[in-house]
Amino acid sequence: MNAAPLFTPAQRDPARSFQDMILTLHDFWSQHGSCVILQPYDMRMGAGTFHTATTLRALGPEPWNAAFVQPCRRPTDGRYGENPNRLQHYYQYQVILKPSPPDIQELYLKSLGAIGIDPLAHDIRFVEDDWESPTLGAWGLGWEVWCDGMEVTQFTYFQQMGGFDCKPVAGELTYGLERLAMYIQGVDNVYDLAFNSSGVSYGEVFLENERQMSKWNFEVADTDALFDLFAKAEAECRNALAAGVPIAAYEQAVEASHVFNLLQARGVISVQERASYMGRVRDLARSSCEAYATKMTPEWEAKYPGWSLV
Amino acid sequence: MADFLLELRCEEIPARMQPKAKEDLARLFGDALAKAGLQAASLETFATPRRLALIAKDLPLATLAVSEETKGPKVGAPPQALEGFLRKVGLSAEQLVERDGVYFAVVEKPGRDTAEVLAEAIPAIIRAFPWPKSMRWGAGSITTESLRWVRPLSGIIALLDGAVVPCEVDGIASGRSTMGHRFHHSGPVEIADAGTYIETLRAAHVIVHFSERCRIIRDGAAKVAAEAGLTLVADEGLVFENAGLTEWPVPLLGRFDETFLDVPPEVIQLTARVNQKYFVCEDASGKLANAFVCTANIDAIDPAVVVDGNRKVLAARLSDARFFWEQDQKTSLGEHAKKLERITFHEKLGTVADKVERVAKLAEWLASEGIVPNCDPALARQAAELCKADLVTEMVGEFPELQGLMGGYYAAKEGLPQEVSDAIRDHYKPVGQGDDVPHAPVTVAVSLADKLDTLTQFYKIGQVPTGSKDPFALRRAALAIIQLLSGNGLRLPLRQTIGVELIAPLFAKVRVFGENERVVAQSMIAKFRDFMVDPASAELQIRDAEFTELLKEMVPEARRRKAVVEELLDFFADRLKVQQREAGVRHDLIDAVFALGGEDDLVRLLARVHALQAFVSTEDGTNLLAGYKRAANILKKEDWRGIEGEIALTGEEDPLAMVDDPELAPVIAAKMADRHAAASTRSYTPEPAEQALISALETAGPAVRSAIEDEDFDHAMRVLASLREPIDTFFENVTVNDADANKRAARLALLAAFRDAVHRVADFSRIEG
Repeated sequence: MNAAPLFTPAQRDPARSFQDMILTLHDFWSQHGSCVILQPYDMRMGAGTFHTATTLRALGPEPWNAAFVQPCRRPTDGRYGENPNRLQHYYQYQVILKPSPPDIQELYLKSLGAIGIDPLAHDIRFVEDDWESPTLGAWGLGWEVWCDGMEVTQFTYFQQMGGFDCKPVAGELTYGLERLAMYIQGVDNVYDLAFNSSGVSYGEVFLENERQMSKWNFEVADTDALFDLFAKAEAECRNALAAGVPIAAYEQAVEASHVFNLLQARGVISVQERASYMGRVRDLARSSCEAYATKMTPEWEAKYPGWSLV
Repeated sequence: MADFLLELRCEEIPARMQPKAKEDLARLFGDALAKAGLQAASLETFATPRRLALIAKDLPLATLAVSEETKGPKVGAPPQALEGFLRKVGLSAEQLVERDGVYFAVVEKPGRDTAEVLAEAIPAIIRAFPWPKSMRWGAGSITTESLRWVRPLSGIIALLDGAVVPCEVDGIASGRSTMGHRFHHSGPVEIADAGTYIETLRAAHVIVHFSERCRIIRDGAAKVAAEAGLTLVADEGLVFENAGLTEWPVPLLGRFDETFLDVPPEVIQLTARVNQKYFVCEDASGKLANAFVCTANIDAIDPAVVVDGNRKVLAARLSDARFFWEQDQKTSLGEHAKKLERITFHEKLGTVADKVERVAKLAEWLASEGIVPNCDPALARQAAELCKADLVTEMVGEFPELQGLMGGYYAAKEGLPQEVSDAIRDHYKPVGQGDDVPHAPVTVAVSLADKLDTLTQFYKIGQVPTGSKDPFALRRAALAIIQLLSGNGLRLPLRQTIGVELIAPLFAKVRVFGENERVVAQSMIAKFRDFMVDPASAELQIRDAEFTELLKEMVPEARRRKAVVEELLDFFADRLKVQQREAGVRHDLIDAVFALGGEDDLVRLLARVHALQAFVSTEDGTNLLAGYKRAANILKKEDWRGIEGEIALTGEEDPLAMVDDPELAPVIAAKMADRHAAASTRSYTPEPAEQALISALETAGPAVRSAIEDEDFDHAMRVLASLREPIDTFFENVTVNDADANKRAARLALLAAFRDAVHRVADFSRIEG
């Protein structure tokens, strides 16, 4: 005989709670698309695409379905908490489905329905938007998804990653969580979002954080230390590559990329230098992806006879 | 006869690709039919975001039977020949047909079912489809061999006379099922046959005709605007784009906060158009109204909800625009311009600030020389110095297409003179053949200077357009210069102007030199004297040996650049021909005038070309041209090198070309004069027709010269017309190739004189007909 459960989750209320919206997306993707629900990568990064669950797992023949929230850091987008929709720290919800299932669009639309967007009440559109990340040696075709004219999701079929053809192709969905929540909750200011159903607002959680971090990003961060960090991350990436641990190398590339973004926010990188720094970051990221793919290839080839990296 | 329907259903096709995809489908399908010997009475194609379709009417149900006949050996030919032939055609001897003593192999090819032809053609068309960008997807993409399509392909309908034409591509089998509108219809839609396709889908909320969706958007948007008492700002590009984004378009009007109207209307329109694909509206007075029209893809439960969502998005965009507008004005254009020092114009050509300084110098010069009349040199310089400043503003960073316009607005807000703000706004004009040509003097000076600088600088570093490649839009720049000059009747010595920019800077750096080597320096730079901004600066003096070395480096570079000047003038000639061809001017006439060399004033050149075109279309013109060609042919046939033959033999037309020392010029001139004098004394009495031509030329020669000096080209043509009768009579009555060598020489010289007189107007040998 089963004991009565000690805890029954409450009904989710995605239209009135930011965290319920996230939990609903977790519920949805956990059931549909057999995703593993991951936690955020524990590093500072500019976009969910940098999570190894996306970049590195997009490589190789093995099926992979994952969903996770990734905090994104965009130092130059900070506005000291004074702009209603610009933040230096915000959340993306990322789903990666490899190979892309035939009903991926329907699944995605159902997930919107699950968080309260009725496609006969709101005008949902798939508008051409191809994605390219020279940093990751990656590109894909897809759309930005519009809800009543607002871009709420980036939808991409990865064609290449780390300079290699994706075999098979993964479908990637990136939801802008704050934007979606503002839309669903009907608020004009991100800080007015209800974080939960018990009266805690997004502002209570993050406003002070935005103020202090904007100040640090733009005014305080020690630039010598940042330059030093960049150089160290670059060196460590090379070190890890030489030692045959490309995942560790990739982490250092992510680190270097973020430090570069901080240097940009501090305004200490000239236009001419900018291209050179970007080239260095690109070189680290691509080398790491390449090394990872090369290292894994024997295993992949053994499991998938006939499959080849190039 | 039967009708055929093909539908290729996939995930959302980019709007911009749909019109071309329709054309490609029609072409590929038409080719496949033609290859099989089939033809449809009509082919119609359709595109929506989710499908590409085609209906072919009245297709035969089978291809025609054909009888293929191959000619073989003669009856009685050696057996090896016959055996070889039988092997080739795969028949036995009894199956051959004998006709007129020759064997023929006749193979009857029965007709094929059209369905069979189509079943083969459809997969081939899909695989060969030329999408501008295509992709792989799904489980099949584990190899790179998998099918590529613009977005994942999900279904194929192929119905001939209502029956499925069975075929398969990459695991997708043809059938009769499709999908209706993504949200207004659920479950598959079964299509009975081609004839009911459009209406069946309409019932499922899909308007298959691209043009019908365009009409709904165009008319619907105008209607909702009118209902609000406004006028829609028509925009066919937006109509097309929205038609490519919807299967069931519903235009809706919304309002935005009136206070945004402080931002320039162009900014609002662009924000709405580029970011959101919205139309904008004007009020009764023609001013931009605080309204937008978006196109939904659904009949929304409550359209107000959709409109409100779109309003919020637009408001956020307009807030950004207003932020940029206000932010940019906190800094003066002059301050903004300083940031141009950090922007590379081209790696070999320095920064944008460097370019701005060159343009400012040139614009000032164009004004102070009076090349652009009534233009204040100080204003020209000021406008040029600020003309690129808006490139570093936030607004232009966001909307590059507002360059110029924003600078104009900011200059006006700053209270700069209107000539300056107008010049900043319009200095990119004219952009292309149909664009307005500026007339305001300061604008003209800056626009001309900007384009002349771009052209000469890229030519200087050898970045010239080749074939279809013109990455720096130099052809457009040259065309704009031509338009500016001819549209304003400006007298610009193009060769000198280009030379000033290219060559003068080489010598500008060196000014103070010693006396002793002055003469050497002068002779070295004499050839480039025309290109000095200030001819006095050409009075170079050399101080020491170090400078001599420097000069030695500079002179070859100057010589190279002088060649670049000529190259650039040829480029102008080509552009002029292209531009004038559209205005109906014959390119051979432009060639004929250019061939004279030395003409670099495009306005004067065009006046001459126009007069020439009028003249050659008259009877006098045609006959004179005939007389000219006859004379030229005789001179050529007789290999007449003229009395200057010795010098001409060097291959150089300019007798001074091989001489570095300009002091020799008078010596050579004197020598030439002697020769001419000797030639003009005749040893015999000319025949009457010959004398008539001599007299006519004696009058016409100076008359043509002075008419041309006065730039009265019509008069020059009339003078030429007076030569027509004497030259005709001369050819009728006088034998050029006389047995008497003196007579022959004199008459050839006379023909040469006639040719030369004509050449003062144009090189008639270049004229066709």
